[in-house]
Amino acid sequence: MKKRKERIDRGIKVRSSDIFALLSWREMLYLATPRILPVIVCLSLPLLLDPYWQKVLLSVAVVALLAISWDILAQTGMVSLGQALFFGVGAYCSGVMNHYWGLSPVLTIPIASLLGGLICTLMLLPVLRLRGIYFSMVTLIIPLILVRIVEATKIFGGTEGLSGMTPLPSKWFELYLIMAVLLVVLFGFRRMLDSDYGLVLKGINDNDRSVINAGINIYWFKAQSLFFAGAIGAFCGAFMTHVYMFVGMPVFALDYSILPIAAAVVGGPGTLAGATFGAFILVPMSEALRGFGGLRIVLYGVFLVVFIVALPEGIFHYIQRKYHQFERWVEVDK
Amino acid sequence: MLVGTTLYALINTAILALMAIGFNLTFGISGVANFAYGAFYVFAAYGIWGMLNLLHIPYLLAVLIAVLANVLMGALIYRFVLLRVRGQALSEVIATFGIGLAILELFSYFGWVGFEYTLPVFMDRSFIIAGTYVDFQRLAILVFSTVLISGLWWFTHHTSIGLAFRGIAQDERTALTFGIDSDWIATLSVSFGAGVAALAALFIIPLGSIAPGEGYDVLIKALAVCIIGGLGSTGGVIAASFIVGFAERFTDTYIGSHWTMIVSLAAILLVLTIKPSGLFGKQKELEERI
Amino acid sequence: MMDAPILKVSDLSKNFGGVRALNRVSFDLQPGELLGVIGPNGSGKTTLVNLITRFVKPSAGDVFFKGKKISHLPPYKIVRLGIARTFQMVKPFYQLPAYKNMIIPLYSPRMRQLAGGRYGDRDAVALDLLEEVGFERDAFVAYKTAGALPQGYLKRLELAKAIALQPDLYILDELFSGLSLAEVASIVPIIEKIRMAGRTIIMIEHRLKELFRIADRVIVMNYGEKIADGPAAEVMEDEAVKSAYLGTETEDE
Repeated sequence: MKKRKERIDRGIKVRSSDIFALLSWREMLYLATPRILPVIVCLSLPLLLDPYWQKVLLSVAVVALLAISWDILAQTGMVSLGQALFFGVGAYCSGVMNHYWGLSPVLTIPIASLLGGLICTLMLLPVLRLRGIYFSMVTLIIPLILVRIVEATKIFGGTEGLSGMTPLPSKWFELYLIMAVLLVVLFGFRRMLDSDYGLVLKGINDNDRSVINAGINIYWFKAQSLFFAGAIGAFCGAFMTHVYMFVGMPVFALDYSILPIAAAVVGGPGTLAGATFGAFILVPMSEALRGFGGLRIVLYGVFLVVFIVALPEGIFHYIQRKYHQFERWVEVDK
Repeated sequence: MLVGTTLYALINTAILALMAIGFNLTFGISGVANFAYGAFYVFAAYGIWGMLNLLHIPYLLAVLIAVLANVLMGALIYRFVLLRVRGQALSEVIATFGIGLAILELFSYFGWVGFEYTLPVFMDRSFIIAGTYVDFQRLAILVFSTVLISGLWWFTHHTSIGLAFRGIAQDERTALTFGIDSDWIATLSVSFGAGVAALAALFIIPLGSIAPGEGYDVLIKALAVCIIGGLGSTGGVIAASFIVGFAERFTDTYIGSHWTMIVSLAAILLVLTIKPSGLFGKQKELEERI
Repeated sequence: MMDAPILKVSDLSKNFGGVRALNRVSFDLQPGELLGVIGPNGSGKTTLVNLITRFVKPSAGDVFFKGKKISHLPPYKIVRLGIARTFQMVKPFYQLPAYKNMIIPLYSPRMRQLAGGRYGDRDAVALDLLEEVGFERDAFVAYKTAGALPQGYLKRLELAKAIALQPDLYILDELFSGLSLAEVASIVPIIEKIRMAGRTIIMIEHRLKELFRIADRVIVMNYGEKIADGPAAEVMEDEAVKSAYLGTETEDE
């Protein structure tokens, strides 16, 4: 007797897919939990953790934002190997504005985010017309070249970097600011990607000639997507400049490029929630593995390969599937 | 000084070309962008070092083993990893990138860094050419690079197998209809590129020392040359190597050594603005890929 | 009284490396005409379409649409001027439902130009358009995932995507290919309806019988050149056309 696996939506999912969900507390809870849970987690964690892990939480949020930024680009068909580019440009923008012109973080962070996004978009504009591989290549090498330029020309503080930035009001402010931004970006951009606008972006990834054929200028849309992703990344850099009160060559480090990709791939490429989830898993794990030193990055590399080849849907999708569907074995009729 | 700078510029060109040609070949034949290229380079270097200094294997044998090991590793990586994600650009890039990362950081972790980690020069002699000192190793690089690249050029333009490779690169579907197995060709291309990386390491590493950082440097230089010259074009590698090689050397001599990287970046940005697919790039722009 | 041609193709040529894919093709198209383009495989029909819609850059020659030169414009701009084409190989967004496939054409700026504002509910418009091309509304066919639909529906979806753009000129590349006689018979009325609305249509086809019933005029291509141009019946009697399709007769049979 041959059997095959069958996946069926859970009863509660079907019952709650219509307005009648309002009739039952259970069904409303089923719908609300995936949305409210992350909010609760993000807002309460800062209060529950000790100072060491609070710093880790900060990193988690930054990596999550960078991973979301990466995922937005990936959904539009651009694979970035250089999130560090956005991060670094944002960091230097806010650092320079604060150090040389004395602008306060209230100004430098927003301005650096937008300016950083703009600069990176303009820099990468020419590659948008080419095959995707060029985008990956260019995003990979530009931050590495920028590091060497800073080192060699000693601009913006050179190897020592700029220090003595204005700090943010308090540790709590830092944590809640980034958590708030993370939640807003996560839910906001998820909404955007689920809308018709997002459909155009995903269409560009899937079948760009079809989108051109609809009279849409795909390069303009790609540039928009790039700007959003760049601005998010630049925000992270600008934010961290004021947290560490320092900006220097390390902002272009490969780590900032790799970890977000690993988080997105492990968590679930193609959804922003998956990218966030991946960050929440990988960053604490990497902290726990701190003793292993450089071996951590080796592990990221291995993870990347294993997940992209063997489990491309990521952990988040797997959990999502389990939440919405159940599996059973059915007999195959002759 | 002009002559000396020109001479060193030529050598720089040869070094760049030697670094870039393996990556360019792999992409040119099968469209696989092997981001683990830098890792292959360093892997071969450490391999030869280990065989010479730890296992005391004779030089030529060690070289042979290293090249074959690289070739084999390239094939294995294709068969076990890339094959499963072939065609999905996102996954291909991430997979090769992840492998390269893992290998390079592994060597970083082992901490095999230092002056003793280097490969021997071929002959410890210098010559005076046109009033400048040039050591034998650099001359060897110049000669080997020229021979290799002219050989590859001749191969891909004048032999039937080479032309077949170019045909496959240009139109995979038609090639498939001729019964050519594209996976087999792709395996060959990755292996071939990896083998060339091993040879490049053999010639270039003696100028300095081995370090995992070299892997990233080689990857950057290879990518830069390929972007400027155009992916898939041997002529492009030659032209771009000349441009970047001369620009870097002359900037270094006449302007200042910290400007060389800026020149490279400027060259890349310039090419991207004027002719994004590279000087000799045959990458059709989006519209033509119907 | 001759209206100005809506489309004027003038000495259009394309070389791919050494291959002459299109060689000095010229013709005019009057508004409201249904022009058929036929020819053996590889005769350059799809290249012609790609050149007109500028998905491929011409090597020489010009294309004029409503009097304006368009051969230098990027393809998306040409679509916005009022030309819509379908592709020979239909590639919908397979994971999306059929009506979601329509969202992207409805998002096009041209829609905003014509409707004087965004469509409020693109979903509703998509469902209406699909119903017009034969997606049975009460069977909820429009909600089916594109990957699950048979070729006949996919072709109609492709046509609906073109209709959504409300073009003045339709270029349909082998719309009938892969369809059964019944399916073709059910699509023809849709094309007739488009004609009656005054639109101009170019149809590239291999199914000659079905094409000749509806085409005003037919162009025959062979080896990248136009070898005949005229009403269907005339063209089929042309010697050059016969030899192109059937090969030349030998002396002794």
